[in-house]
Amino acid sequence: MIEVVDLSLNFGDLKVLKDISFTIDKGEKIAIIGPSGSGKSTLLRCLNFMEEPSSGSIFFEGTDIADSAVNLDLHRRDMGMVFQQFNLFNNKTVIENIMMAPLHIDLHNLRKLKRQNVFFKIRNIFSKDKKPLNEISSDKTRLKMEIRDNAMELLRRIGLEDKRDVYPSTLSGGEKQRIAIIRALAMNPKVMLFDEPTSSLDPEMVGEVLDLIRVLADDGMTMVIVTHEMGFAKEVATRILFMDDGRIAEDSPPDQMFSNPQNPRTKEFLSKVKAL
Amino acid sequence: MRISLKEDMMGSFGIKFERFWRVFYEYNGYVRVLEGLRNTVTIAVFGLIIGVLIGTAIAAVEVSPKKSIFSRVLNKICVFYVALFRGTPIVVQLLVTYYVVLPLIGINMSPVNVCILVFGFNSGAYVSEIMRGGILSVDPGQMEAGRAVGLSYGVTMIKVVVPQAVKNILPTIGNEFIALIKETSVVSFVGALDLYVAFNFIGTNNYEFMVPYLVMALIYIILVMFISLLIKTMERSLRRSDRSSRP
Repeated sequence: MIEVVDLSLNFGDLKVLKDISFTIDKGEKIAIIGPSGSGKSTLLRCLNFMEEPSSGSIFFEGTDIADSAVNLDLHRRDMGMVFQQFNLFNNKTVIENIMMAPLHIDLHNLRKLKRQNVFFKIRNIFSKDKKPLNEISSDKTRLKMEIRDNAMELLRRIGLEDKRDVYPSTLSGGEKQRIAIIRALAMNPKVMLFDEPTSSLDPEMVGEVLDLIRVLADDGMTMVIVTHEMGFAKEVATRILFMDDGRIAEDSPPDQMFSNPQNPRTKEFLSKVKAL
Repeated sequence: MRISLKEDMMGSFGIKFERFWRVFYEYNGYVRVLEGLRNTVTIAVFGLIIGVLIGTAIAAVEVSPKKSIFSRVLNKICVFYVALFRGTPIVVQLLVTYYVVLPLIGINMSPVNVCILVFGFNSGAYVSEIMRGGILSVDPGQMEAGRAVGLSYGVTMIKVVVPQAVKNILPTIGNEFIALIKETSVVSFVGALDLYVAFNFIGTNNYEFMVPYLVMALIYIILVMFISLLIKTMERSLRRSDRSSRP
């Protein structure tokens, strides 16, 4: 599904990522762990091009999104992303946050079809081969209703439907992060990218967010999680990447990673984590 | 000598006010004052609207990533624009536009409209700096979140970043509006009728300027205080919508 080939990223002289190659298959849950500064978040952000790599390719369903001719926005719609700092839109209510992207995109497409139809009609007057008009199956109000219903359904799933009209500033960290997750889900993404989703949460809120991610994992969503929650990584992930100094030092299933690490750096890191 | 002049001035104040009132009320001087007031407010309001639109556009260009040649050229144009309109006095801009640029391209425009345009362009240069600061003050995560759900740079800018930036800079924009109101007192250079021209007219009627100019100053002060109050109210309601839920 995602194939990363020889990905490198330099910030000036600093080499953050060094020739990274790996693939992610559909349905895999990949956890990226490693010491801070090892480039885990940067690698994740490269996957949907939030960070532009210096060289290398990222194939998402066969298209190289590192190619400048590719429309990134189209591909990003298939990749949900959840940030450490939630990043809910502060000037929108909860329901507006969830509805905004799907609504904008659907209305944009609807307008495009209508514009095309006008063009076709004018063209049909003058040319002999009549082009059939685009079928417009929906209108603005219906689209809006459908998207709103979908958003409410998602809110109900996390039990926050009574918060739909409040602004993000009134929510707790856990609520914000869960809403950020369903905001990404509202686009029906094919893969979800989590960038340390629980790192800026109060300890008592970590559980509710991890529970939601676990539910998604059980539903078969492909996901990549950068995390410091070793227990969670061990439980949910099907594969764990250990990153060190801009490279993938070890890539193995969780059992092997935690019980029998091969790389000395992995051993050292895991022993330190366990000591805590 | 000075004391006696002062006493003379104060002693005749009643008479002076009577003379002013005659021209102002009985000889219909107030019609001009009202028209001047209307022009002053019109120029400032529409000038600010044009200014905010231009300023936002320039600020958006200046903060956008400059990858393509097109955006770099656009950025250079914006930098030049700001330098041009901040580097020359507004009076010079008015005179050049009215007596040089418009005749050259053969457009006939009423003085008030010319003033609206020039004040709009001028304030656009200033608003762009304010707006740039406002946009930079918004958490970059907001833009990232917009891009991550597949919205384009422009859409995220318009729907998410700029509304938050505007809220941050509203007090400063209010100052800009007040500055515009006061700067309009130079529009008489191109023959537009504003408060200054109206009261000057009343004064020249009997060569008595003391009371007319005093009243003019009062009107400016009241106008500015009213606008400050308006901005404060707006600010408060915006802040409220940020904190609590909507019914």
